[in-house]
Amino acid sequence: MNVALAKTGSGRAVSDLFASAEGRLPGSPAVIAVRREAFETYEHLGLPHRRIEEWKYTDLRALVGEVLPLAASPDAAALKRAAEAVKAHAIEGARKLVLVDGVFAADLSDVKALGAEVSLKTLRETLEKDAGLLKTASTDAVISLNAAMATDGVVLSIADGAHLSAPIQIIHVATAASVSAFTRSQVAVGKGVRATVVESFVAAGAKAYQVNDAVVLSVGDNADVAHIRLLDDSPDAVNITSQFVTVGANTKLNFFNMTTGAAVSRLQGLITLAGEGSELSINGVNLLKKTEHGDTTLVVDHAVPNCVSREIFRAVIDDRAHSVFQGRIIVRPDAQKTDGKMMTRALLLSDEAEADNKPELEIFADDVSCGHGATAGALDDSLLFYLKARGLPEKQAQALLIQAFVGEAIEQIADDGLREYVIGIAERWLEQRQ
Amino acid sequence: MPAVQETVERVKRIDVDQYRYGFETLIDTEKAPKGLSEEIVKFISQKKNEPDWMLQWRLEAYRRWLTMTEPTWARVEYPKIDFQDIYYYAAPKPKKAVTSLDEIDPEILKTYEKLGIPLREVAMLEGVEPKVGEEDPARRKIAVDAVFDSVSVATTFKAELKKAGVIFMPISEAIREHPELVQKYLGSVVPTSDNFYATLNSAVFSDGSFVYVPPGVRCPMELSTYFRINERNTGQFERTLIIADKGSYVSYLEGCTAPQRDENQLHAAVVELVALDDAEIKYSTVQNWYPGNSEGKGGIYNFVTKRGDCRGANSKISWTQVETGSAITWKYPSCILRGDNSSGEFYSIAISNGFQQVDSGTKMIHLGKNTSSRIISKGIAAGKSQNTYRGLVTAHRKATGARNFTACDSLLIGDKCGAHTVPYIEAKNSSATFEHEATTSKISEDVLFYCIQRGLSQEEAVGLVVNGFVKDVLQQLPMEFAVEAQKLISISLEGSVG
Repeated sequence: MNVALAKTGSGRAVSDLFASAEGRLPGSPAVIAVRREAFETYEHLGLPHRRIEEWKYTDLRALVGEVLPLAASPDAAALKRAAEAVKAHAIEGARKLVLVDGVFAADLSDVKALGAEVSLKTLRETLEKDAGLLKTASTDAVISLNAAMATDGVVLSIADGAHLSAPIQIIHVATAASVSAFTRSQVAVGKGVRATVVESFVAAGAKAYQVNDAVVLSVGDNADVAHIRLLDDSPDAVNITSQFVTVGANTKLNFFNMTTGAAVSRLQGLITLAGEGSELSINGVNLLKKTEHGDTTLVVDHAVPNCVSREIFRAVIDDRAHSVFQGRIIVRPDAQKTDGKMMTRALLLSDEAEADNKPELEIFADDVSCGHGATAGALDDSLLFYLKARGLPEKQAQALLIQAFVGEAIEQIADDGLREYVIGIAERWLEQRQ
Repeated sequence: MPAVQETVERVKRIDVDQYRYGFETLIDTEKAPKGLSEEIVKFISQKKNEPDWMLQWRLEAYRRWLTMTEPTWARVEYPKIDFQDIYYYAAPKPKKAVTSLDEIDPEILKTYEKLGIPLREVAMLEGVEPKVGEEDPARRKIAVDAVFDSVSVATTFKAELKKAGVIFMPISEAIREHPELVQKYLGSVVPTSDNFYATLNSAVFSDGSFVYVPPGVRCPMELSTYFRINERNTGQFERTLIIADKGSYVSYLEGCTAPQRDENQLHAAVVELVALDDAEIKYSTVQNWYPGNSEGKGGIYNFVTKRGDCRGANSKISWTQVETGSAITWKYPSCILRGDNSSGEFYSIAISNGFQQVDSGTKMIHLGKNTSSRIISKGIAAGKSQNTYRGLVTAHRKATGARNFTACDSLLIGDKCGAHTVPYIEAKNSSATFEHEATTSKISEDVLFYCIQRGLSQEEAVGLVVNGFVKDVLQQLPMEFAVEAQKLISISLEGSVG
């Protein structure tokens, strides 16, 4: 009885969400029709909950409850605050593309510096023509919601053979409290490209906001691409990101995710190896404290033979935080000679911390080598003792061991500068802990 | 790595078409009308001369079952089961009241002989008891409870067990003779409302074994039950309840076979184990139900709920299973580690061939302090089969010092089959230490290194380690079980894919 009432209640709120935003959503009438359909799908499904297998450990109905109303376009004051946040989080030398409360801010971005090899459009512009970008390889409630509500994003295309000298950094800034921002970006990387794309999620004084982002990344043949994602949202924010990645032949893709913020965060990715001879390196670190909830859910789909995938994930969980890792490696019937490895480890620093791991293998080919490992545990007492015996205070000894623990994942970042930058983030997190 | 030729051939030899137990025994049976209703539940209860509390218990389960839906989360596919198209009770028609084993229908005895139930016990059935001192020490004594369709037809060694204080009898008898024990423990591990098939079982279970080992007693022999489905279109719903009281020990074996038929038959059993302080239960299964033919026609649907409760401190429950039969297996023998310092083990070898689908694994639920569990699972998929390991390891907030080690490996033979691993690992306190791995080379680096250093190849070393692990349990199985099982696990583990 109660359940049915609650459903109707949240159902009504949900309809308001779309109705009140509809006038502000970019797109031709045909696009709006696609959005409406996506919204109906979302409305039918509702927010994911623990009875849905993929969301077993991240019950958005319990953790988030409701989707906040769409953020208004940023005003001058908001843009000014955003500029400061961008300054604080910009990576040296990177070409910045800034989205403020879900809207592309050209004035804060280095559009001209992108050069001739990179073409940039906004999602807003693209949707005036067609709704293609609103369609994805797979969908669930939050992805449908994103398709319905996405206000803006960057649509990048990197020309064949381009060797970019500087990273492109997409910075999502939140300036408004208690609202939702919906963004969707596409990055199409051509053949033989060498490029680094960084995504940052930061807050400019905003509190209790929600981010729902989607990224569609396609990498051509013979490319070498690094993709780094840094999540440093406000500690009471919600960030749900869905990624769709397709990798061509003989390509190297190096992905790294760092989560140090947000009350509730989830990165869900579908990575498809569509060309032979490619190497995938997917890594990440979750540093969680207080009551933070960090979820990494990845599907690596070996659709063709002769590919290698490596996943290394580390979670450090303090206080009453909760880390979730769900990784699945699929090896399709023809994908012989696949080599897939996945290793996930969780370090529990407090008695109330929780780590849930679900490493899955789904294998349909016989000539493959796949494996996964998962561990969960506390810091090794004997190692701590060793360090303390040499005069280090408890917290410092812990910090040293934690740094080594997460180091194994951070090491996988190929670019020296970015690796140092990420190590810096981890160090600051550990300092705050002390 | 692809499987070596030798392995492929060995698996072929045990392919579904080679099913040796597919014969049928022609015998008069007494059946309840097809379908399920309160009347059928009452009929079964009446047939068993059950007290009223048992009937009420069944009816409650039946009413609850009506409100439940079949689970669909497992990675198995099958046409919807028509629960009204099954006979829920089938029993060999007794020619007269059986007072001694000699009076059992010779056809049934022949069936068990054919199935290779140790002749020695058949000799026992015939009352040719060997003289004291003549016993062959190399051969262990095994007490057998033989369940034919819905009823237990014979239980051996009852007298000798009674001397030791061990109660070993069909559960239908136990309900009448030891109601206080049954009432106390039945449904206390797997509640009637546990899941769809467990609830169905609670309503219609017809027979099974009951074991009670009193405090401090080490059960003097292996206990075993041999399940045989013979009748067409019947479901077998057996219920086993084993209670090991303080400081006792019991080892229990279970074997299953069925005739070859084109229709699918349902087998939905419930097994409950209770280990009190310092008690140990070792439960071994060789499951060889008819797996269907090479076109995927027929075979048993094996939807089983098995759970052990380490209720007392320092108790231990160990599950060993060799799964080779059944068209579909849906089975997760689990341990609830409630007592402090209790431990649970799960050793499994699941081999699927033809069109078989296996979704099996275990649950280790750590609730007490300093509990430990170990999971070793080997899945081998061949033909067009799908073999899934699904397991849960969880440590409750108060389960300080919980320790788990899991290794689950799979081997694929041929490119039409699939092997899947779906482990859930939930650590809810910092002193829990969980290790999960799915690569053979990592079983134990030290041991492997030791073997390799002494001239064994990696392959031989892994084989040795894995066999070593399972062997101590297999050696406890009756001879023909062990031979069967050993034949199956001797399969090379080369090319494990995790």
